[in-house]
Amino acid sequence: MSPEHWTRPSRPDERDRIADTAVPAATSATPTREQVIAGLRATSEGGADLVQLLTPEGQRVSHPDFDIDITDEQLRGMYRDMVLVRRADREGNALQRQGQLGIWVPLLGQEAAQIGAGRALRPQDMAFPSYREHGVAWCRGIDPTELLGIFRGTDHGSWDPNETGMGLYTIVIGNQCVNATGYAMGQKFEGKVGNSGDDAAANEATMVFFGDGATSQGDVHEGMVWASVYDAPVVFFCQNNQWAISEPTERQSRVPLYERAKGYGFPGIRVDGNDVLASLAVSRWAMNEARQGNGPLLIEAFTYRMDAHTTSDDATRYRMGDELEAWKLKDPIERLRVHLLREGIADQDFLDGVETEADELAARFRQFCVDMPDPPPERIFSAAYAEESPVVAAQREDYLDYLSGFADSGHDTEGSVR
Amino acid sequence: MAQLKNFPLPDVGEGLTEAEILNWRIQPGDAVELNQIIVEIETAKASVELPCPYAGTINELLAEPGQTVEVGTPILTIEPAGASDDTESTERDGAETGTDPDSAEQGGKIGEESADGRIATLVGYGPRSTSAKRRPRKSGAASGSGGGATDSGGRRPATNGTPVTAPASTNGTAVNGSAPRAAEQARPVPAAGADRVPGDRVPLAKPPVRKLAKDLGVDLRSLSGSGSGGVITREDVERAASGGGTAAAPTPAGATGTATTAPRDRSEREQRVPIKGVRKATAQAMVDSAFTAPHVTEFLTIDVTPMMEFRERLKKHPEFRDVKVTPLAIASKAMCLAAKRTPDVNASWDGEAGEIVYKDYVHLGVAAATERGLVVPKVRDADAMSLRELAVALEELTSTAREGRTPPEAMTNGTITITNVGVFGVDTGTPILNPGESAILAFGAIREMPWVVDGQVVPRQVCQLALSFDHRVVDGQQGSRFLADVGSMLSDPGMALTFG
Repeated sequence: MSPEHWTRPSRPDERDRIADTAVPAATSATPTREQVIAGLRATSEGGADLVQLLTPEGQRVSHPDFDIDITDEQLRGMYRDMVLVRRADREGNALQRQGQLGIWVPLLGQEAAQIGAGRALRPQDMAFPSYREHGVAWCRGIDPTELLGIFRGTDHGSWDPNETGMGLYTIVIGNQCVNATGYAMGQKFEGKVGNSGDDAAANEATMVFFGDGATSQGDVHEGMVWASVYDAPVVFFCQNNQWAISEPTERQSRVPLYERAKGYGFPGIRVDGNDVLASLAVSRWAMNEARQGNGPLLIEAFTYRMDAHTTSDDATRYRMGDELEAWKLKDPIERLRVHLLREGIADQDFLDGVETEADELAARFRQFCVDMPDPPPERIFSAAYAEESPVVAAQREDYLDYLSGFADSGHDTEGSVR
Repeated sequence: MAQLKNFPLPDVGEGLTEAEILNWRIQPGDAVELNQIIVEIETAKASVELPCPYAGTINELLAEPGQTVEVGTPILTIEPAGASDDTESTERDGAETGTDPDSAEQGGKIGEESADGRIATLVGYGPRSTSAKRRPRKSGAASGSGGGATDSGGRRPATNGTPVTAPASTNGTAVNGSAPRAAEQARPVPAAGADRVPGDRVPLAKPPVRKLAKDLGVDLRSLSGSGSGGVITREDVERAASGGGTAAAPTPAGATGTATTAPRDRSEREQRVPIKGVRKATAQAMVDSAFTAPHVTEFLTIDVTPMMEFRERLKKHPEFRDVKVTPLAIASKAMCLAAKRTPDVNASWDGEAGEIVYKDYVHLGVAAATERGLVVPKVRDADAMSLRELAVALEELTSTAREGRTPPEAMTNGTITITNVGVFGVDTGTPILNPGESAILAFGAIREMPWVVDGQVVPRQVCQLALSFDHRVVDGQQGSRFLADVGSMLSDPGMALTFG
């Protein structure tokens, strides 16, 4: 029986044999039968349909539909991408632990899924992230320091979505799916999809990022329904990292998530999310399909959240350590490093150079964070509307007037991050 | 050691206020690297390892393992390797390393309730139960130019340093700072509506009605709503505005808080009676009972024609010539007999001892309506009495009660109660248990009703019984059996022969 079948509801005859049919909470102290199975499922390779081009051991394998032509330079580039993104992510985590950030959302373990997808995007494409897409942001040319504001509480995202081709981080789970579908419908209405000849290179598509937990949200469903019936050029990129905070994937679905696409009437495919090559190959294919007007599509990147959900979460309370240990063996960076060295694509000097670069990035990231000024209090009013209204202006004046009445006045003390 | 840095305890969750030091991974004198793990702490949400924010040498540890430290309190000092950073020097707040003993135990594990009543969750932490510290206001300085709307509704600096909280504008007399701003600042705290108690209940009214009241200058708090559930209607407001008199012409919103109207003084039309004596005792007993014992009530409708015929025969019986055998007396006798077979209804719940007390006696309470209110005198050892004795006792008891002469000791220590709601012409009710007892029977009015006998509809004397019982002591089976037993004896007095 394949792992997908293990967690399906038992048949009546089976049910009779299982005395305890009540499903306990996933967070209960001792793991249940279901949780053990879910753990096994999470550590399995994800089933026969998984697209993989680089094994956890760093062995290049071929796939009949999704093989990829890639230069050594590109391979080294993706290794560098993943190492730098991970280093910035770890520094972000540390800065939160040192009181410099209000919260940090770790991407540890999901580098390959994000870099593979991000590198499949063209400048004219649009990406809609959730809040963990540090790797995608990196691929869109957004400096990691630009991610800091939202986590330090000084802004709601500082990059320009139009210039970067990437929407702002979306905290509301799954909400970006409806936005992305709407954007993609617009791309189609404006004739930027499915052109041939000289215009083909300018075709556009949209990719939207969300997690396994978000698939239980109405917004994701609505986005998929609309995308489907409008043939919108959108690629739904679901990073199934096995855990929706403390809820395992088995609480989200009774079928593998990629199979859900069938119900909406578009293709779904599962890719090894820890394999940057497979992620790139499948994403390239899917984005090309969408640009040619064959969207939408769903990609399920089967990966693992190696850290907690956020810095406010303690993953040891609901999942077992051996699950993490098993996934460490499938580390996305390690398998590419082994591949580069074994095939002679990169030498130790290159790896050391990347490491040095990562340290420099981390230092710059840290210094930028510590030096970030607190925004002045009038900032809340300045960006509320495109044009200032008298009501907002009056509110701003009143608020500033109020603040100036404090004995220890000086706006700078209010809300400063310790 | 010129430039010591300290490391204030960070908020590692969202909105945490404190954490417990679990263990130190370093000692004073140790060299540490940037981001080296130096300490493990436990918060209400998680156990967390803290990385060191500086490279350098540990100077001093300012907290012990096991100690609970408030967020922001320095937990160590460190001598940085280079001298470059410009953050946090020790002069700033190196002193307060102590722990507030009151706050030490407030944190909790996820899902558990903490000492301050909040429940820790994975995301967010619920509203704070403690009040925030207030920053001091400037003294004397008349702040601001005074212009502009105060839609922000916030506190304004008060001249005496006391924060003035503007009353919520939902009360209809809007507080709008536009007019008397300057005067307001000159006086200490004369906020609009000073005669009102803060936190006074805001009456229910729909938004358009609130708007109307605001426009007409009617204080909703002065009205009593005529809508369902006491909701104030448009008509109420209009009536208040037109008939009241004191409500001047529609005042511009927010003149002051005194533009209130009360069309008629409610106090003239209401009578207030102090709650005391029997009313108070009854109320207390009923509230105690209703919120302690989980009540279940069962109903039974029976044909009591045979009982009424039996009663007629008794009237002619020499032994009963001077006794009034009421249906209540017969029902009481039936209860005593049935209670022998189902002792649970005569038992009591002793929560403190963790025991159920079964009794081999029946002290039957009889609810009696008197001038002073409801009293429930008891017939002691009613189960040992013959029907005649019981009838005599009941007659005495009720007449004593109606004269208001029931001694207090006669009203205590009942074991089960009967209430004769039938005397009020009422069919039935859901009686509330006397505290300490486990069952009460309501005896409804006896009426001629169509009844099916042998397939024919015939007029019969019919009555309803309602039994409430404490489900902690009595299960449905016992309660139902008891009720059915009583019913069987009333619909066929001969059945009493089978009890005993």
